[in-house]
Amino acid sequence: MVNINKIEDNIYEVPIGYRPGMRVPGRIFVSEELRNMVEPGTVDQVANVATLPGIVKYSMAMPDAHLGYGFPIGGVAAFREEDGIISPGGVGFDINCGVRLLRSNLEYKSVQPLMNTLIDALFEAVPSGLGATGRLHATDQQLTESFLSGAKWAVEEGYGVEADLTHCEEDGHMKGADPSQVSVKARKRGRPQLGTLGSGNHFLEIQKVEEIFDDAIARKFGLFEGQITIMIHCGSRGAGHQICTDHLEVLSKAVRKYRIDIPDKQLACAPLGSPEAEHYFGAMVSAANYAWANRHIIGHWTREVFERYFPESQLGLIYDVAHNVAKIEEHNVDGQRMKLYVHRKGATRAFGQSRSEVPEAYRNVGQPVLIPGSMGTPSYVLCGNDRALELTFGSACHGAGRIMSRSQALKTFAGRDIKAALNKEGIVVKSNSPGMLAEEAPQVYKPSAAVVDVVHNLGIATKVAKLVPLGVSKG
Amino acid sequence: MKPFEYLEHTADVKFRAYGHSPEEMLSNAAAALFKSMVDPSSIQAKETWKVELEAPDLEQLAYNWLSEIVFLFETESAVFSTFTVRLKQNGSLKLEGEIVGERIDLKRHAFENEVKAVTLHEFEIKKNDVWCIQAVLDV
Repeated sequence: MVNINKIEDNIYEVPIGYRPGMRVPGRIFVSEELRNMVEPGTVDQVANVATLPGIVKYSMAMPDAHLGYGFPIGGVAAFREEDGIISPGGVGFDINCGVRLLRSNLEYKSVQPLMNTLIDALFEAVPSGLGATGRLHATDQQLTESFLSGAKWAVEEGYGVEADLTHCEEDGHMKGADPSQVSVKARKRGRPQLGTLGSGNHFLEIQKVEEIFDDAIARKFGLFEGQITIMIHCGSRGAGHQICTDHLEVLSKAVRKYRIDIPDKQLACAPLGSPEAEHYFGAMVSAANYAWANRHIIGHWTREVFERYFPESQLGLIYDVAHNVAKIEEHNVDGQRMKLYVHRKGATRAFGQSRSEVPEAYRNVGQPVLIPGSMGTPSYVLCGNDRALELTFGSACHGAGRIMSRSQALKTFAGRDIKAALNKEGIVVKSNSPGMLAEEAPQVYKPSAAVVDVVHNLGIATKVAKLVPLGVSKG
Repeated sequence: MKPFEYLEHTADVKFRAYGHSPEEMLSNAAAALFKSMVDPSSIQAKETWKVELEAPDLEQLAYNWLSEIVFLFETESAVFSTFTVRLKQNGSLKLEGEIVGERIDLKRHAFENEVKAVTLHEFEIKKNDVWCIQAVLDV
């Protein structure tokens, strides 16, 4: 990384002047080890975001940061309500891509012998992969309801239980949805896909709690060593992708209309309060709610599969986090309380005890921060700290972060070899496409432990538990 | 002139497609998008889809064209191998596209990627000796 200054351990600054037009400096939160894995293009993208109107404090990148489009992946930036903007470049196409973690009352030794059967059954129960359509066959009315009230709608339809909602970020449904801003095309893509996992890096994983780092918080989250957990990683599917595509076109025009100078066309945006900004926000929230409904339904089907093989099983929701979203939040900036539009693109909210957004059950510790590993590597549960509010507007990393391109991965690895290697480690993998397996090989990601350590050492979030994969169902 | 080439990008697919005319460039860009997902030689020419688009300029039209292909791929559950483009200037720019391919059959179509969307990141069209479009796809 060139022209960036070390401020202290794990904090590097991209100074104003790195590129013309920067309004604030950039901050990249990486260790010495991870520093060299940050591509120059990622630093450029951090600097690009710093040029956007109304940005406060810093344009930030989490330790898993890598090259994206518009914002880097792992990018966080907040914009003042008075003179700021909203940009789909800071949210991404997969709006509210996120992670849900279920805890079970089952232990490794009773579940492991049935791992192949369970993964086969989950693969069957949760449609995944290309061209997959849901078991749901949602009507137009149901689709609208999912846009409006997300997981709350899913519970009303009989998926999951009421108590799940208080264990989701935003209670599983964000305010401000405006389905009238969702195009016919987005509805056409989204309707058949409600209740599907998708492909690429999305997965459903059976895990074991391998290590507890913080006993007291682990008890609060209901985690214990040897326990079986289930992690679901997916988002708003074609609905979100099309909503972003549609509004990108509108916001590209808005940039010219409002004479906003942007260094990358993907940073197309509109001033907060303008019709274009409000329309995008209403559509984005609709997609975010769709994603919460989607993960909720998938969580319900997962419970059904476990109940089939373990009638005594109880799968409780620990938490559900969004890692591609823009939100209205209040933060202290230079001693002033400010209403900000916080964009997190490939970053997880990590609120501590002081925030009222943290569910009642976790209020005296902080919110669970769920960090999925790559296929075959550990995932982590952390607990948000108030320190994150000072450093990152209450944000942490969202995963391991890629270091190898997909094309390079395909040249280097064969899907079948990856599957064999994982099987050798005792991990059962079921996937629709061997090619896609190769490009998600564990080696294409940064070591998740190193990424999580930065977050822990900075005090953004405290490590609580390490989860290792036992079985994975992928698209 | 090669029809298209892929460039390195850590998380996504980046390509440049070329053409002696804007029409040829747009047709090659569509082929590049599709080849990033599935081997074109595995696709049989069984059905034809027609596309009509309109935009104020070539760049916007190109973005809409590529996005339309993603939309058709997903909503028609189809894969495409041949793309023919005709452009008409009549105040705004109009595109008439003909896309040939077939419905997805996972037994024959081995996917390496699924393109979610076309990004505007580093999206540009240039004309030097030949026409060139660059795009990054979210996969």
